[in-house]
Amino acid sequence: MESSHSASVLHPASDSGAALIDQLGTALYVGGAIIFVVVMALAIYGVFAKARAINARGWILGGGLAFPIVTLTVLLMYSLAVGNGLNAIGSSNALQLFLECFGIGDARERTPADGLLRVHVVGKQWWWEVRYEQPGRQEVILANEIRMPTDRAVELVLSTTDVIHSFWAPSLAGKVDMIPGRTTRLRLQTSEEGTFRALCAEYCGGQHALMALYVVTQETTDFDAWLASQARPANEPTDPFLKTGYDAFFRGECHECHTIRGTPAEGTSGPDLTHVGSRKSLAAGTLNNHIGTMAGWIAGAQDVKPGNKMPSSLAYSGVELRALSAWLGSLE
Amino acid sequence: MAGRMFRFIGLLLTSSWLVACIPGRDYEPRIIGGDPDQGREALARYECGVCHVIPGVPDAIGKTGPALDNYSRRSYVAGKFPNEPEVLVRWIADAPAMAPQTAMPAIAMSDKEARDMAAYLYESD
Repeated sequence: MESSHSASVLHPASDSGAALIDQLGTALYVGGAIIFVVVMALAIYGVFAKARAINARGWILGGGLAFPIVTLTVLLMYSLAVGNGLNAIGSSNALQLFLECFGIGDARERTPADGLLRVHVVGKQWWWEVRYEQPGRQEVILANEIRMPTDRAVELVLSTTDVIHSFWAPSLAGKVDMIPGRTTRLRLQTSEEGTFRALCAEYCGGQHALMALYVVTQETTDFDAWLASQARPANEPTDPFLKTGYDAFFRGECHECHTIRGTPAEGTSGPDLTHVGSRKSLAAGTLNNHIGTMAGWIAGAQDVKPGNKMPSSLAYSGVELRALSAWLGSLE
Repeated sequence: MAGRMFRFIGLLLTSSWLVACIPGRDYEPRIIGGDPDQGREALARYECGVCHVIPGVPDAIGKTGPALDNYSRRSYVAGKFPNEPEVLVRWIADAPAMAPQTAMPAIAMSDKEARDMAAYLYESD
């Protein structure tokens, strides 16, 4: 799976938290470079100037005391403003946030607006469970993919059921740890439509490097349609070939770990597969999602991600493997 | 003068031995109108390496299907069909149509892509 947007802190999505961090970074790099050049110039000047010509007291008070105090105070205010902005809705303009610290400009609403989308992301070795809160309705559960609209912020509620993980979408926001026994929060927003890769940024065991997911941002209408379709259950297939796959799923006891809503499969230790065919990737951002990778993953899960909790399936004939892959792929 | 000539001839001979050291093919390449470089790119893009070991393709270390190294030296495709270029192209694009019991799925791809992949398999060692 290719992201439509490179996963880099140096290439932030528009109006995202990462854009704020990028601006702060640029201010630090440029400011640091200017100060370095000035200090070097002064050092050379100090070597060649006549001792009496240098006002030592003035330089110590001015350059040694006043300058750092002013500079560091401004930087502190700025970085606090950026930190604040990462939790605010609707702006990635660092200057505006900075001025707000001094009461200049309109302070924007910092409390969640109505219709804030809250998504629970649970880190597991080595995949992500994703649950969309649906006020008044049953939550929608999926895995290894987060979709969000471009006109609203999404609040991720991060937790883990095993070890420490860290959620990091480099082009969208800073990284936030998922800590056993606690929940942490991260606000995601961008006005840009695209596919953004996110990954686990805290070593969490053997397959840490293959623990990724995609954040897909889309227009509100597309997003709403997607969420509505994700809420629908799957149906038992009528096509005989797909039915072979359906039967193989239960004969192979896949349902012990996986849920497919609308079927008797109600296992919870593995990812929910109700709409697995609609996902961008398999095995947590490891493989593209098509019938070939699906079959390869089912038959060789321990080759692709050694040590993960899904066994390589040895139970299927070739036809069953293809039918099972086709049926799972049809669950869009 | 003659000594210089002998030295020159000696140098020529030595260099021709060195040229012989450059690995060459001891078989006829099977040209089938595919582009091996694009074939390697397609093999990586479709992630055929989930099931197959394919030399030169990143992450192609799968064990579900057979290794695809030295493919030009193999006598059979899928242990059943003669290893002719057109047979391999058909197999890559739609294996179940040829062997209904196979575990290898038909993957939606263009004829050109299948041709490129076959070209790469024949070219690579």
